[in-house]
Amino acid sequence: MSTAEILAADPAAGPTRSVAKGVGLEVFFEGICFAAATALLAALGGVLVSLTIGGWPAISKFGLGFITTVTWDPVRDVYGAAGPIVGTLITAALALIMALPIAGGVAFFLVELCPPILRRPIGTAVELLAGIPSIVYGMWGLFVFAPAFAKYVEVPAMAAAPSGSIWETLTQGIPNGSGILAASIILAIMILPFMAATLRELLMTVPAQVRESAYGLGATTGEVVMSVTLPYVRRGAIGAIMLGLGRALGETMAVTFIIGNSHGFPQGLFDAGSTIASTIANEFNEASGLQSAALMALGLVLFLITFTVLALARLLLREQARL
Amino acid sequence: MIKTLVGVALASVVGLGSTAMAANLSGAGATFPAPVYAKWAEAYKAQTGNSLNYQAIGSGGGIKQINANTVDFGASDKPLKPDALAAGGLQQFPTVIGGVVPVMNLPGVKPGQIKLTSLVLADIYLGLITKWNDPVIASWNKGVPLPNLPITVVHRSDGSGTSFLFTSYLSLGDPKWANGPGANDSVNWPKGIGGKGNDGVAAFVKQTPGAIGYVEYAYAKQNHMTYALMRNKSGAWVAPTAEAFAAAAAGAKWSAAPGFYLLLLDQPGAGAWPITGATFILVHSKQTNAQTGHDVLAFFDWAYKNGNPAAAALDYVTLPDTVKALVRKSWLKVVGPDGKPVYK
Repeated sequence: MSTAEILAADPAAGPTRSVAKGVGLEVFFEGICFAAATALLAALGGVLVSLTIGGWPAISKFGLGFITTVTWDPVRDVYGAAGPIVGTLITAALALIMALPIAGGVAFFLVELCPPILRRPIGTAVELLAGIPSIVYGMWGLFVFAPAFAKYVEVPAMAAAPSGSIWETLTQGIPNGSGILAASIILAIMILPFMAATLRELLMTVPAQVRESAYGLGATTGEVVMSVTLPYVRRGAIGAIMLGLGRALGETMAVTFIIGNSHGFPQGLFDAGSTIASTIANEFNEASGLQSAALMALGLVLFLITFTVLALARLLLREQARL
Repeated sequence: MIKTLVGVALASVVGLGSTAMAANLSGAGATFPAPVYAKWAEAYKAQTGNSLNYQAIGSGGGIKQINANTVDFGASDKPLKPDALAAGGLQQFPTVIGGVVPVMNLPGVKPGQIKLTSLVLADIYLGLITKWNDPVIASWNKGVPLPNLPITVVHRSDGSGTSFLFTSYLSLGDPKWANGPGANDSVNWPKGIGGKGNDGVAAFVKQTPGAIGYVEYAYAKQNHMTYALMRNKSGAWVAPTAEAFAAAAAGAKWSAAPGFYLLLLDQPGAGAWPITGATFILVHSKQTNAQTGHDVLAFFDWAYKNGNPAAAALDYVTLPDTVKALVRKSWLKVVGPDGKPVYK
């Protein structure tokens, strides 16, 4: 029942009836909210249970070896997922490291420094960036970004690396624009708008009086940001970062296009790798039997990784609350 | 009105007679033949009013769906072995032919200038030959300016019939490959990078000097990629052309293959392209609804009769008439609940 209807119904009903009706509505509303929340929990539990059941043949056959070995051989039905797991963690971490400073910069600029006339266009542009479908990032990454990245970054970097140095190890791979680092950069671009938009909203929650009194005391913009705004939003910022990390961990299509899809451990930043999500996207269509169970188990692993990340975030928040 | 009349007329011509209700058929499976099935379905609906809904979900999905009985027919690029057909109570028949073409990015080398054998190809994909000016490649390519470039191997990252055909060919030609990675729609590739779909492979090959990959024939042709000549069973060097695929299909011994289980790899015949394969349709041998079974086979019969120009326009190779005749004969084994053939 809409608010308008309630208001319209009110005058006709006596005061006692109105109260009774209000209580009924209240119970109804609470019930709806409770159902929504529990349905979510049930769905989450259902996903966990069905992934475990679906992946059980692989889990019971390979045990811990499933996450510690690297052989992924659909012909002989031997599955070890260490390659995709490591690839997922590396790409997500690299993407976060690249995206966080930029997202922070965008948010601070928009809230603290931006001339009011530019605020709306830039804010809208950030939100638009968040709305681009991931397949578009994938196509752009493969056909536009990869050739340029190979020409202007990978080839010079490989040529400049002194032989025997750590740089030579890091720049190993095929300089064609695909690989771990290229995928991480695409991921960073993809999670950037989410993090920037959330951080911006957070910064706007800082009360104007607090900021203005800091400025009034003669603090510079940098000082205000470091000692007033940042501490104020610290807890929420971790949430924004986790949102970005969660998306980076699970991103599928764009990564599949550009990561090179090799199941082994990546030997360097330019080498081909794979992530859990890209492996599932690549192979699920044609998989049957143990292979499909292995992919289900991979899904479970990704679920657990995401869960762990969120739990860690909670833990960090609690630690901070105690400080 | 006229359409309905035509539909009724056609229906009676093909021996249906009993009903003029428009059929609504569903199929699912291989992505490779999806464009031509869609084209056929469109023309078939215009002529007969019967519509066909084909979902390109992949060969594995097609096999799952027909076994689960959720579609009227399944489609697969990978033929099922006779025992698998018997276990699932299925009949299988080929529709169109495609092939796999090795493509490369070699500065200074023109399409068709470089020659490869199955052994050389397998050694490249195994990582045993790592440079383009390797003596083994050079011995087959006297006078070709082979660059001193490292070979970058590109393969499909997604499970696909193209990979199945390619790895089956390598297994056939090289025991090292057969005992190593083996043949499947996705294998444990010893080296290289994986591109998603034909597009992904082609993009990596184009962007990497010294790269070699493999794509479907139609894709290689439409994108004018640098292809290799392959040595076939009779020792001749052949280029990937529609004629070469047709030659492979014509030379094959279909009549000796139960359930049409036949990969057209390394077929005899001077003009045959060695990495050729057909794509297949799967139907239940015992149809629970004779009418549906009839409608499915009527569609493919129509496609055999009228579908060649549409297929050729999309760069598919159609089956020789002798093979079509064999397939039609096999349809007698598709029976209704009463045990009588659903389509004659």
